[in-house]
Order: sequence, then C-alpha cells, then structure tokens
Amino acid sequence: MTPRASADRAAGPGPGSGHGSGALSAFLRKEARHLLRDRRTLAILLLMPLVQVLLFGFVVRTEVGRIRLAVVEPAPDVATRALRHRLAAAGRFDVVAVLRSDRALPRLFASGRAQQAVVFPAGFADRLAGGEPAPVLIVTDATDPNTGSVMRAHATTVVRRYEQELRARRPATGDPPGRSPGGAAVLAETRMRFNPTLASAHLFVPGLVAFVLTIVSALMASVSLTREKETGTMEVLLVSPLRPWQIVVGKVLPYLALGFANVLTVLLAARVVFGVPVRGSVALLLAECLLFIATSLALGVLIATRTSSQRVALTASLMGLMMPTLMLSGFIFPLESLPAPLRALSAVVPARWFLLVVRGIMLKGVGIGHLWDETLVLAGMTALLLGVSARRLDVRLPGGR
Amino acid sequence: MGAAPGARGEWLARTRARLGASLRVVLALARKEVVQIVRDRATLVQLVVIPVVQLLVLANAASFEVRGARVFVVDEAPSPASRALVARFAGSGYFRVVGWAPSAAPADEALLDRRASVILRVPRGFDEALAVGDGPARVQLVVDAEDGAAAAVVQAYAAQVLAAYGAGAAASKAGGAAAPAATPRIEVRARGWYNPALDYHVYMVPGILVSLVTIVGTLVAAQSIAREREIGTIEQLNVTPVGKYEFIAGKLLPFWLLAMAELAVGLAIAHLVFDVPVRGSLALVFGAAALYLVAALGVGLLVSTTAETQQQAQFVSFFVLVVYLLMSGLFTPVDSMPRWAQWLAELNPVKHFVGVMRAVLVKGAGAAEVARPVAVLAAYAAVVCTLAVRRYRKTTA
Repeated sequence: MTPRASADRAAGPGPGSGHGSGALSAFLRKEARHLLRDRRTLAILLLMPLVQVLLFGFVVRTEVGRIRLAVVEPAPDVATRALRHRLAAAGRFDVVAVLRSDRALPRLFASGRAQQAVVFPAGFADRLAGGEPAPVLIVTDATDPNTGSVMRAHATTVVRRYEQELRARRPATGDPPGRSPGGAAVLAETRMRFNPTLASAHLFVPGLVAFVLTIVSALMASVSLTREKETGTMEVLLVSPLRPWQIVVGKVLPYLALGFANVLTVLLAARVVFGVPVRGSVALLLAECLLFIATSLALGVLIATRTSSQRVALTASLMGLMMPTLMLSGFIFPLESLPAPLRALSAVVPARWFLLVVRGIMLKGVGIGHLWDETLVLAGMTALLLGVSARRLDVRLPGGR
Repeated sequence: MGAAPGARGEWLARTRARLGASLRVVLALARKEVVQIVRDRATLVQLVVIPVVQLLVLANAASFEVRGARVFVVDEAPSPASRALVARFAGSGYFRVVGWAPSAAPADEALLDRRASVILRVPRGFDEALAVGDGPARVQLVVDAEDGAAAAVVQAYAAQVLAAYGAGAAASKAGGAAAPAATPRIEVRARGWYNPALDYHVYMVPGILVSLVTIVGTLVAAQSIAREREIGTIEQLNVTPVGKYEFIAGKLLPFWLLAMAELAVGLAIAHLVFDVPVRGSLALVFGAAALYLVAALGVGLLVSTTAETQQQAQFVSFFVLVVYLLMSGLFTPVDSMPRWAQWLAELNPVKHFVGVMRAVLVKGAGAAEVARPVAVLAAYAAVVCTLAVRRYRKTTA
C-alpha cells in the first residue's frame, strides 16, 4: 500500500512556518513528491496522451477509402465491359461481384460486402450506338450520408468520363467545337487555404490535443481533491495554516506542469510523425496551451468541490465531458453544421475555443491579434470556474459537511 | 433407470445444490452493488439521466451538413452576370454573403478572422467570357480548409451552385436547344438505399446510443473492484467463501442489467424522437447487445482487477473508451483507416456491435448477414470474462 494523501504533511515544515508562501511552497513540494512517487500513475499520465495522439492521428480520417462495388450486367457487351474496366481501373473501387441480376443485391448490401452497385440494362451497347439514351443505375448504401454522397459522386464521375470519351471518339454533329453540350460553362478553380491537401492528420491532431488535454486535466484535478476528502485528510489540510485557495493551487500546480509536459511531447510527435506545421509563433502556442490546461484543471476543481467521492467525481468528469467535448468542439463535426441552439450551447465547451486557437496558430499562422476573443473567453472561463469553486470550498470546508 | 441412475441422480442433485448456492451468492453480491448505486443519488443521476439527456441533445450535433457557409465576394468588375452569380449563391440556402469588395485584401482578412469561410473571386472579364462562350468562364473559390470536413462539403455545394448557374447561362444562350440526338448519351440514375433522404440521425443515433451505454458500463465496471481495493473492503470479501467466478458474476450482473435497460430506453428514444427505422428483428439487436455488454463490461472489470487505484482504473478506461469510440467507425468510417488500423479495429467490440445495430435497424439484415460479427462478440465475451476471473486474486500482495 502506498501511503497517500496528506497524512505525511508533517514531513514538510511544521505549522510554525505560518501563513503565506512558506506553507504554500512546502505544500507544493509535498504534492509534487506525491505525484512523482506513484510511478505507475505517472507513467500512465505521461504516456497515454502521447499514444492517443499518435494512434488516432493515423486512424481518424474522413476521406472515403476503397469502395466495395458490385456490377450487375444482365447481358454483358462491349460497353458494359469497358465501363466495368474503367471502374476497376479508377483506383477507388474494388469490384467484389459481377452479377447477372440484381436479385442478390439486398443481401450483399445488408451484410456490408458491397457498398455500391452499378446496374446496367440489357442491350446497353446497342442503345449507345443507336444514339438512344442508355440508362445506368447507381445504387449506393446511403446509411452513412457523408460516405454515401461521396461514393455516388465518384461513380458518377467515372461514368461521365466514359461518356465524354465516347463523344470524343465519335464527334457528334451539331456540337459547337471545343465544347460539349454537357460541358461546364463556368469553371471554378478551387484553392484549399491552410491545408491544401486536406491531410487528415493536420485537421485532427489539433482536435485530439484539445480533447485529450480537457479530459486528462479535468480528471487529474478532480481526483486529487476528492481523494483528500474521501480519505479524510482534507480535514487535516483545513486545520493547517493553508488557506483554501492555497490548497487548490498546491493541488493543481503540479498537474499544470504535468499537462505542459504532455503538450510538449504531443506537439513534438505531431511535428515529427505527421509533419503538422506550426505556422505561427511557437511561444504563443505554448502559452495558449498552458492557459487551456489551466481552464481544464479549473473545470476539474469545480467538479471536485461539488462531489464528495472519487467515484462521483470520476464519473462526472468522464460522462459529462467526453461526448460533449468530442461532438460540440468542432473536433469531428464542423461547428457550422450545428443547429443554432447547439451552436450557442457549444460556447460553454472550452475545447471549442481552444481548437480555434490551435488551428489558427498551427495551420493559419495567425498571431494573437486574431485570437484575442478566444483567448479572453478561455481566461474568463478559468477565472469564473476558479472563483465559483473557491467560494464553494470556503463555505463547504469549515462546515465539514 | 435403476441403481446406476440413482448415483447419477445424486450427482445431479449435488450439482444443482451447488449451482443454487452459487447463484444465491451471485444474487447477494449483485444486490449489494445495486444498493450501493441506488443509495448514492449523484451516481444514479449520472448513470441514468446524463446519458439520456446527452442522447437527446448530441444526436442533433452529429452532422456534416453545412448550412449558411459565410462567403465573401471579391467582384473585380461588377456586372449583371457577376451579380446574378452572387444572387445564386445567396439564394441556394447553402451560403450567406457576409462581405463584398472589389479587391482581395479585405477578403483575406475576413478569412483569417474567421468572419468568412469561403472567398468567391469573380475576375475581370467574367461576363464577356460567359457571353462569348469559346471556353468556360473562370471564377476562383478559396475555401478555409482548417476544418477539412466542412471545407469538402462547402466545395461540393459551391460546385453544385456553379453548375446550375452555368447550365442556366448556356441554356439561355442556346435558346433552350437540346443536345443533338446522335450524341452518345448515358443517363445516370442514382439511388441511395436505406437512407434516401441522407438523414444523419438514421446513421448517427444508433452509434451515439452505443457509445453512451458503453461509457456508462465501462466506467462503473472499471471503478467497482478498484474502489473496493482502495477502501479496503476487498479484504473482507476475500476472507469470505465467495468464489472468483461468483465474485466477477456478481459484479457483472447488475451493471449488465443497468446497461441493457439504458439501451432499451435509448432505442425507444431513437425510434420515437429521431425516427430511426427498425427494419430488422429487435430480438436480434437485443441478443447481440446482451453478448456485447458482457464483453464491454468484462473489459471494464479486467481493467479494474489490474488497477491499484480508482484513478488508475479511470485513466486506463478513458484510454480504452477513446480507442473504442475513435476506432469503431462511429464517427469516421473504418474503411478509410490505414490497413493496420483496420486490423486493430477488428479487435474492437464496439465496431462489431455498431455494425450489427446499423445493419439490423437500418438495413433490415437478418441473422445470416450478421452471423460473423455476432460470433466475434460471443467469443470476445467468453475470452474477456475468463481473463477477468483469472486476473482477480483473492490474496493481496
């Protein structure tokens, strides 16, 4: 059994050192020693965020991978075969089945073996040759709307390109030279600013940093305070010359340092492994990270002042923070997609503001001039959270409820 | 039936008695867990109310659709054609015009400030190019790609608007003449099965429900043994004749019931509030859920037997949960992951269960189609529970 909590605070300078910074720094030293002594927890805290960002930096991506395609040719002919080869050669499709009829399609789709099907009619080539419109049915598994519409677009593109090829081979009468009737009259030249290749790692690594920091910091802060309550050593701290705010600061400061160590390792890994750029000032980025860790720790402190056991505090931190941070911060789903009431609600999620800051500095290279709003919101949140918890701590502790 | 069956009957009776005693122990332990949860009002609220509220609220957040993207127009030489184009953008419902300037500088500033997310630049001579028609008239789109998902969606919308505008312009010029009959023409008809309206609720609500139930179940399970160890009550249990199997079963049963109940409530909400279809058999869904929850809670208990403190247990289960959520195809498709990650995802019970849920509810898959993932879940449950029992020691180091 590891001796824990504050029972050993007698090891520090005695109460004789009185109020003020002496007691606080002794308390800080004690807390730091606690943190460093429990090697296993420390290893978990240092390694976990790093492993998460590395792992998910590779894994979380929204681009659609290879599409499992079924082709239905009731009567294979030159044109259907040519188009099937075009699809197979397009680099996006794995042709998993070539069928004579569409009867088996529902089962293929339900089991997930096929995601998309191209269904030809009989006599496809004849119709094309005769100048009749030749219909092609593209069936897409639209269970996931995003993937569904992307898959549909990919298949349509291949069919259209084949159509153009046919036209080029046999120029039709009456077409104005240089422009096919279906051709675009307005051509958009699109530039993706700040992340031209839409590399997923660049987009998600800032989000992962925000997400992991929020949860880990809030967990650390809430646990360290509630544990004192649970083991009864909070009473010991209370009768000590430390003021309530000093207790909070002493408890939280070592974790601020730990969180900052996490930021350094994670950012370094993002740079080396994923080549995520930092286009703005590194110093500013680190300062903002420090601020955000403080905000998240303050959140943990607030949770701790409102709960009496580790069990409740831990559940509150994870249950209350995990899904909202994941879904309302713009990490996965764009903020623009949120309905208005939820967009308003997302304003209370600290990670939402931090994410704007991190993306701004890393991808856009903006300076503090463009980030004042977000920075002030985070600072304000931290102050508010600490203020509320300090009051609760003041009221609560002397009562010893 | 004679003398020999008598011995066999005796053996049967003994086994039954032993099983009965075992069951009584499990039920007693389970009752203790239930009392502990119900007694603590705060925990009860967290475990029951928070998931339901989050399901109701967060289901609305899961969408990649972008409404009213803020577009800044740089119109270098305003003309009727350029004004008509901008009106198209504004009238499409996808875009909101937030600024209009003849030069690029203010637009760049707006992009950096995040007042705009798209710049539409209409160059000088756009109207002439459109009128002459020997080649496409060009415009430039600059999309803020700091949020890639939104950027891709916005680009697709813009392409749609431009295509419609271009077709309109071409038609008015050609006097509505149709394409000549001799041109080879392919008519593409597209159909989206299962979710023709491309409704995100249909896809995301089952996923969110599974994640919430998984988070709740894993957390309570992961805490339970570590907590007993930290408070010291585990020693009292260790000196009783309670067996290892009985101990784990007694922990598992109440959490399993809680999670199943939550899943049932969540499914009702999904169907009634969010119109998620139930096309397949509900019995199949609950059968898979029963297996899945044994596996998921078993992982929680496994974490709990290994951890020294609640804090450790919770950090490790946080890690496990994030792996569950981000590697399961809940939010981003498994098919887009790198090959090695797809193999890893096969080890993720959430992936299999979400797959079953979506297949049965939305696609109407039957037992034959989901046999493989269900078998994986069953194997998972068996392995995890065996491991949890073996890891649990009745002695303290």
